[in-house]
Amino acid sequence: MTTSNAIPDLLYDEVDDDLRASVRDMLATRAPWDKVLARIDAGESYDASLWRVIAADMGLAGLAIPESAGGAGAGFRRAAVVLEELGRAVAPVPYLGSAVVATQALLRAGETDLLAELASGERSAALAVPFALAPQAFTADPAGSAFAGNGVAAEGDSLSGTVKGVADALIADVLLVPASGRLFAVEAADATRTPLVSLDATRQLADVTFAGAVGREIASGERAAAAVRGALVAGAALLASEQLGIAEWCLSTTVDYLRTRYQFGRPVGSFQALKHRLADLWMGVTEARAVARYAAAVIADDGDDAEVAAALAQAYCGPLAVTAAEECVQLHGGIGFTWEHPAHLYLKRAKSASVAFGVAARHRAAIGSLVNLPSS
Amino acid sequence: MAEPVTAESLRKLVAGFLADHDPRGDRLEFLRARYDAGLAWIHYPVGHGGLGAPRALQPVVDAEFVAAGAPDNNARRNGIGLGMAAPTILRHGTDAQKRRFLRPLWTGEEVWCQLFSEPGAGSDLATLRTRAVRDGDDWVIDGQKVWTSLAHIARWAILIARTDPTVPKHQGITYFVCDMTAPGVEVRPLRQATGEAEFNEVFLTGVRLSDDLRLDAVGNGWRVAMSTLMNERVAIGGGAVPREGGMIGVLTQEWRERPELRVPALHDELLKYWVRAEAARLSAARIRQQLAVGEVGPEGSAVKLSFATLNQQMTGFELELLAGEGLLHDTWEMKRPEAVDFTDRTPSYRYLRAKGNSIEGGTSEILRNIIAERVLGLPAEPRSDKDIPWKDLPK
Ligand SMILES: Cc1cc2nc3c(=O)[nH]c(=O)nc-3n(C[C@H](O)[C@H](O)[C@H](O)COP(=O)(O)OP(=O)(O)OC[C@H]3O[C@@H](n4cnc5c(N)ncnc54)[C@H](O)[C@@H]3O)c2cc1C
Repeated sequence: MTTSNAIPDLLYDEVDDDLRASVRDMLATRAPWDKVLARIDAGESYDASLWRVIAADMGLAGLAIPESAGGAGAGFRRAAVVLEELGRAVAPVPYLGSAVVATQALLRAGETDLLAELASGERSAALAVPFALAPQAFTADPAGSAFAGNGVAAEGDSLSGTVKGVADALIADVLLVPASGRLFAVEAADATRTPLVSLDATRQLADVTFAGAVGREIASGERAAAAVRGALVAGAALLASEQLGIAEWCLSTTVDYLRTRYQFGRPVGSFQALKHRLADLWMGVTEARAVARYAAAVIADDGDDAEVAAALAQAYCGPLAVTAAEECVQLHGGIGFTWEHPAHLYLKRAKSASVAFGVAARHRAAIGSLVNLPSS
Repeated sequence: MAEPVTAESLRKLVAGFLADHDPRGDRLEFLRARYDAGLAWIHYPVGHGGLGAPRALQPVVDAEFVAAGAPDNNARRNGIGLGMAAPTILRHGTDAQKRRFLRPLWTGEEVWCQLFSEPGAGSDLATLRTRAVRDGDDWVIDGQKVWTSLAHIARWAILIARTDPTVPKHQGITYFVCDMTAPGVEVRPLRQATGEAEFNEVFLTGVRLSDDLRLDAVGNGWRVAMSTLMNERVAIGGGAVPREGGMIGVLTQEWRERPELRVPALHDELLKYWVRAEAARLSAARIRQQLAVGEVGPEGSAVKLSFATLNQQMTGFELELLAGEGLLHDTWEMKRPEAVDFTDRTPSYRYLRAKGNSIEGGTSEILRNIIAERVLGLPAEPRSDKDIPWKDLPK
């Protein structure tokens, strides 16, 4: 309860607006939902050419990386705007995993070479932990020999073991691997990545197996643990912006549909039972925006409310995006239940994201410990 | 061009003011001087208690006065005056009206109430039947208002009345300032579920108001009233609070201090409220940030709606948390409060009083309609009353 009374700027500025417009335009041409869906039908996963445009051509992979390390030095607030748009488009790119989670891990670890490569968009990275791992669940083993939360062990610089259900690993060039109390960078080609049939096919998970792969140590001990934990906190905090984008798309698409869909001789959207549901959803989206902006601002400013802000972000925005997607399906009627309508893409993304970095109940429990509201 | 106002320049101004005015001297004199120095509500224009400065800087000024131990204007006692009457007068009043009303309103010398609702016109306020008939330079008011909070201490009221029954309901309404001491104004207590009488019935019988108490044009009252109500909703839901301020703070304090009350399932419920309260707080802060740069909209309704729902649920939770203790009430005596006092009463009072939150200032159902239609642009309900002269409406 220390720093949280001064509330940072939660609005968007003109640069944010311009950034949003250019990302939205680009996604409308390069990744409209029917193309996203067609990729799934074709059994394709991450969209590497779309990622190249975002990361390299538009230079967005380096938004949160300082200029001294080759990035744009624009901070996580702006990265959050990009994430809103990526959520809105359910775009199959590893922005969250590479430009947020792996980036924060490297920033915290004090690594600069790889960071510069990420900033330029040449390469991308993923943190090799399960997508559902909550920041609070990741702890350094007291003996310093392993990390709770993944199953990889290091002997010298040789890594062995399997991490299950990793996001953004399939497209990554480099994997950041916590193992035996240290954090390693491993060439992705040196690991075996087994694609999994995932609920959210726009962010396909993979099991990652290391069998004596050689890692380059980038941090050890406390610093390694802090890097991984900080990365997960940033991921949880910034995922909220993606969830906000999902929820906004679901709300506005549903509103548009109900304005034009006629039943009983009037637009279905004129029935109060539905208007009130949408008003409640709008309220939720409005609050989610404030929560997501707060989380992005606290991470950007490296504020000491980060753990609370991230837990709040996932406790609030995770379930809200799911509600938005579920309402979207229901209020579209039969068409909303079809493969040909995009609603299911958002439902899958929202539900999957609500489990990522730990479910809401886990984050509420974390808040309980952080603000001194013990369970017993 | 004047220098731009900054936090620093404001602190200097307040310091200069404090050097000339003893904060421990006469309370009213001090407040009046603060108003005249433009340090009351700094976003108001010069000459009307302000400096035309950004509203976002008000907390800087307030903090300086608090630090100096200066008397405040007891804002809680005059919420309707400060939150609704003042912005409406500022926007729609003549210069003479602003001069007459705003200063004693801000200092708290004159408390205001709101004569809008009637027995037959609540959510559908525009059907109101209180009449205002022109008689020379005066208007003669006849009718009955109801649920009028604080009418028993109010010196003035904002009043809407029907001046033309032959046109559709929204068009024939005019906005007045009503003198609560005028002959023909009768205030009777109306007892609430809490046992006290915070609100009243107000009977208006042949009340004469001079034409200079009319606000804005004849027939323009609905439009003026709408701006009042928008302000009301921001005012009801929108004060800046610290984390764990308000009702969630009551709950967290009880939880921390009383380990014997802790039950596992209640723990998660408490944390759900914590999350929602914090989300609502951040959202209100964001809306205030928008207000500070000038974007006002029906979004204010969201703050009020969320506050009402959450406050009701949390006060209900408190009774359950406290189990048997929650079943006691402090008093059923019919008091005449001068402000809503949420914290110094028993949980039972909070539980009961919170029930009014989703009714006062526009019901939660009406707020949802407003959000659906004005924010989301969903089609209006089919309506049968819009174009019919008021006098021909079914009543
Ligand atoms: C504590 C308290 C203080 C108050 N203070 C003041 C005051 O100072 N001055 C003042 O003028 N008024 C005041 N009010 C009155 C308040 O504004 C009205 O009570 C409110 O607007 C509702 O009007 P009503 O009571 O006539 O209910 P009604 O309008 O009759 O509503 C009855 C029910 O129907 C619902 N409803 C009505 N229309 C619709 C619709 N179109 N769609 C869906 N549901 C609908 C309502 O939500 C409500 O649940 C106060 C009320 C309370 C509780």
